[in-house]
Amino acid sequence: MPIVDVNAEGLRAFTLKEVKRFWSVLGQTVTAPVMTALLYLLVFGQVMQGRVEVYPGVGYTQFLIPGLIMMSVIQNSFANSSSSLTQAKIMGNLVFVLMAPLASWELFVAWLGASLLRAGLVALVLYCATWPFVHLPIHSFLQLLGMFLLASGSLAVIGVIAGILASKFDHLASFQNFLILPASFLSGVFYSIHSLPEFWQRVSHFNPFFYMIDGFRHGFLGVGDAPVWLCFAWTGGFFAVLSAICLWMLSTGYKLRP
Amino acid sequence: MSTPPIPAAVAIAGVKKQYGKTVALKGIDLEVRRGEFFGLLGPNGAGKSTLINIIAGLVRASAGRIAVLGHDVERNFRAARKSLGVVPQELVFDPFFNVIDMLRLQAGYYGAGKAAWPWIDQLIERLELTEKRNAMMRTLSGGQKRRVLIAQALVHKPPVVILDEPTAGVDVELRRTLWQFTRELHARGHTIILTTHYLEEAEDLCERVAIIDQGMLRVVEGTKQLLGRHPFRFLKLKLNGAGLPESLKPLVVSETGGEVELKLERKHPVGEVLETLRAHGARIDDVHTREPTLEDVFVELTRHAHR
Repeated sequence: MPIVDVNAEGLRAFTLKEVKRFWSVLGQTVTAPVMTALLYLLVFGQVMQGRVEVYPGVGYTQFLIPGLIMMSVIQNSFANSSSSLTQAKIMGNLVFVLMAPLASWELFVAWLGASLLRAGLVALVLYCATWPFVHLPIHSFLQLLGMFLLASGSLAVIGVIAGILASKFDHLASFQNFLILPASFLSGVFYSIHSLPEFWQRVSHFNPFFYMIDGFRHGFLGVGDAPVWLCFAWTGGFFAVLSAICLWMLSTGYKLRP
Repeated sequence: MSTPPIPAAVAIAGVKKQYGKTVALKGIDLEVRRGEFFGLLGPNGAGKSTLINIIAGLVRASAGRIAVLGHDVERNFRAARKSLGVVPQELVFDPFFNVIDMLRLQAGYYGAGKAAWPWIDQLIERLELTEKRNAMMRTLSGGQKRRVLIAQALVHKPPVVILDEPTAGVDVELRRTLWQFTRELHARGHTIILTTHYLEEAEDLCERVAIIDQGMLRVVEGTKQLLGRHPFRFLKLKLNGAGLPESLKPLVVSETGGEVELKLERKHPVGEVLETLRAHGARIDDVHTREPTLEDVFVELTRHAHR
């Protein structure tokens, strides 16, 4: 008996299936979010450039782009896993996966992997597309990668949880419109929290999305609103707690295997 | 040391299922032997699908155990699921994929990579899907989707195959093809478990049947024995002149187009009935008897519940 019980071929096949799913509609899953982010950049960058200097020596556009990239990562990581799972549930084809000899953690890894890939692709294309507008320094590549993985991972897991809970697309839309969208918008993509009233500044310190954006931006610029270690601690803790909840749901068959 | 007995294809012990206050299965004990062609019958809502879903790992039992070829479906789920292929009742499909990609991915889930590709090609050919090999799933007709579902259930060559209402909404031609194919699988040694509403199909195909009603097992028996044990036969009459005498009216099971069918206990001689009729002044235009079908037995065993 192998030490780790893993269906490697099964895991590979299911991950491939999840990747092919978003790959077959790349226009919706990658091009569209990149377009949206570029529009934000065009509007806000144009209006605000030269008026605000958030950190000394950092132009507004430079400040904005890392936030926009992280915002897209957050939204797309969530969108990928949640819509894949909800769709499979509603179409009924989730049974093919549930009847297969795949462990719950293998399903988890595949959903996570596909979300990371899609979000990574969006981030990369966005970074390249903004290149002509403004040159972004890279303060620490490792920090960028680490924050990307934890943030994208967290949102992919929230997506799986939402997919488990949702019994129709309406539920998913509510999740997206009332939680993910506001949280990604109001967590310092467009401004430094230092420009907020004191009360909201304090509230921001309990918002994991704020740490994702701030930590990611720090990876480019080397400056941020919160210490880097705190960003990693928050995002890492968030990911760990969410993963534990999600794995518990999957292993007990919560809602998926009534 | 004694050699362990060969495990059953599917062993179901004390399986109960409750959804909130609704009890779907009230304690099922059943063994399907290896290599059997087994029919799982019962009216709608009897609990057949729940039972199949528990075997397949789609639903968790509230109590009891199920093993497929000796592998517990929960504790040893990988081995249990690899031994099992289920053709679901609903025409479910993944709209993002074409036929061949879907089948290859499906084989991958079961740990069979490219090694399964020649077998998949055979399945495609045998199920007459060659022309649709590269077609997107959503463009297929109902019958074609059904055939893909069957191929999907067989990609990993499971020794135990469950077909849940495979002929529901399927035209005659495809139905025939399906049964021929299923017989072939059985002849090659696969254990087949079938649920169907077409009882004449079950009667033709299944060596043994179980009848489930209201979450309970009513009977498990060889199809022939079950029919033979049935204490009735049927007498169809076309009458003229006087109608049926009062004494025979309780025996009527159906009356259509001037024909009346009576259900007789085996010890009740047909001659006696005919005599009674003649004495009553009825003229008999036509008469024939028939042996009970599985449908009659089924009605007999499940009707009290629906009165």
